Amino acid sequence: MKLAPTEVEHVALLARLGITSSEVERFSEQLGAVLQHMDTLGELRQVEILPTSSATTLKTVMRRDEARPSLPISEVLANAPQSEDGYFRVPVVLEHGAEGATGSEDAS
Amino acid sequence: MKLTELTIAEARRLLAGREISAVELTRAFLERIEAVDSKVKSYLLVTPELALAQAEAADRRRRSDGHSSSPLLGIPLALKDVLCTRGTRTTCGSRILESFVPPFDATVVARLREAGAVFLGKTNMDEFAMGSSTENSAYFPTRNPWDLDRVPGGSSGGSGAAVAADLCVAALGSDTGGSVRLPASFCGLVGIKPTYGRVSRFGLVAYGSSLDQIGPMTKTVADAAVLLEAIAGYDPLDSTSIDQPVPQYRELLSGDLKGLRIGVPKEYFVEGMQAGVAATVRAGIDQLADLGASVGDATLPHTKYAVAAYYIIAPAEASANLARYDGVKYGLSCGGVDIWEHFARTRQTGFGEEVKRRIMLGTYALSAGYYDAYYLQAEKARTLIRSDFERAFEQFDVLVTPTYPTVAFGLGEKADDPLAMYLGDICTLPANIAGIPGIAVPCGLVDGLPVGLQILGRWLDEPTLLRVAHAFEQVSGWNARRPPELVSERK
Repeated sequence: MKLAPTEVEHVALLARLGITSSEVERFSEQLGAVLQHMDTLGELRQVEILPTSSATTLKTVMRRDEARPSLPISEVLANAPQSEDGYFRVPVVLEHGAEGATGSEDAS
Repeated sequence: MKLTELTIAEARRLLAGREISAVELTRAFLERIEAVDSKVKSYLLVTPELALAQAEAADRRRRSDGHSSSPLLGIPLALKDVLCTRGTRTTCGSRILESFVPPFDATVVARLREAGAVFLGKTNMDEFAMGSSTENSAYFPTRNPWDLDRVPGGSSGGSGAAVAADLCVAALGSDTGGSVRLPASFCGLVGIKPTYGRVSRFGLVAYGSSLDQIGPMTKTVADAAVLLEAIAGYDPLDSTSIDQPVPQYRELLSGDLKGLRIGVPKEYFVEGMQAGVAATVRAGIDQLADLGASVGDATLPHTKYAVAAYYIIAPAEASANLARYDGVKYGLSCGGVDIWEHFARTRQTGFGEEVKRRIMLGTYALSAGYYDAYYLQAEKARTLIRSDFERAFEQFDVLVTPTYPTVAFGLGEKADDPLAMYLGDICTLPANIAGIPGIAVPCGLVDGLPVGLQILGRWLDEPTLLRVAHAFEQVSGWNARRPPELVSERK
């Protein structure tokens, strides 16, 4: 079983993973083989049993809504690839206007 | 006896008796790491200044604390690089975190610091804990001290190799599908995966959040008990952490096995298993019977779904957990014409092949149209696997199985077949899926390579596991075996 290249590309897009055409080919085969093994789970489709999402019996653990000290901003930004004025700097998320690259703040 | 061959218990005695200092002990390890680790490659980062500062502090504290000292005061340990260590680089074996220096300690790390332990460094691992051989590290593979052309197991292979090669007294690893128990067995060590929730996951870089646990990797069961006791316990920072007191594990080791009911599930002696491994494990089970335990056949009929269930659930959880690696807050950052290109390039460049594979698998299994076919069925399998154990534990107190179908395989041997690599995890996965505890202990050698015996127990029944493992260790003597000398020249 192989996954279709379009499916592999779609999944890569969902996962925000850049992917080369040789990777598409390779993953298409490897993921297909792994998923084929998963077909044994198909036997459970007819089984009436509640799924378990966790190994724990704890449910909805809460804590009191009390403010506590947090990390200082300097420490939070210490690993930041790009930062400015106490913010993380990122490449443009949304373009403004139809005239092309306006206000672009790319991180190159 | 060389200082680097000491167990926690032996080192503690010598430190308490002022026969050695923590600084001397630490220096001995740092020297040995310098001499030998180029062959084993167990460490990603050695931290000599930190270690010596901690050792000096431990010696000063012993002078004032005296007999009330924690059993880990001054003991040099290694930490798998999946554990956040404040101010010390933490990479998870990945290039995407090559420059990451955590601003906080994992809870287990904080507890060990408080106990006065010494941190020699961060050990190598499969990238983001995804793997069974440590070959998926983005940096280099670690080698098995028993045979340098073979894998140490994974994903905590660096920790396993470091303990087995006397490059630390003991180490911490993490176990999501077997990643403490498997390298423990490949390296001839004791390894524990605690009950899910027994040890806080705060600061453990998440892979499969419903499966992950941190566990000790040690030379003896007594050492594992000491380390487990130090790291276990309720943590308000981990909402899955169990709020029940931690038994004094190190006091609960003795006691005979009369009346203990051992079950041997046939499903774990898989077809294609290495014959010597099966025989060695069965011989170990016979030794347990000789100690007074009764042994019976058990069956866990839904074991056949474990690999499929795990390799849906874990990648699904990983696809969510690894979404945070976006080159914005920390780590590798590749940039792009817009944020979308930046994400794609950063993650393409920063993640290795296996990580990408699992993210893709998980994303696919959770995506619209496939969720019911894969993820939902995997969660049903989880319920069934768990109830298999519950039923078995009505009849038996512990279950004993092999840890892995073979001894350590050669480097590169399974590189081209991900599915073959996944199928080997059949013995260890179910305990993570069900959340029950497991301990691996060495039980023999096949072709000069260690074989591990796994003991599985009821939820929170680490005391019974430790007692059985300790009793076994006393008669089997396998913990005393060492790998061949590493310092001499090898081709």
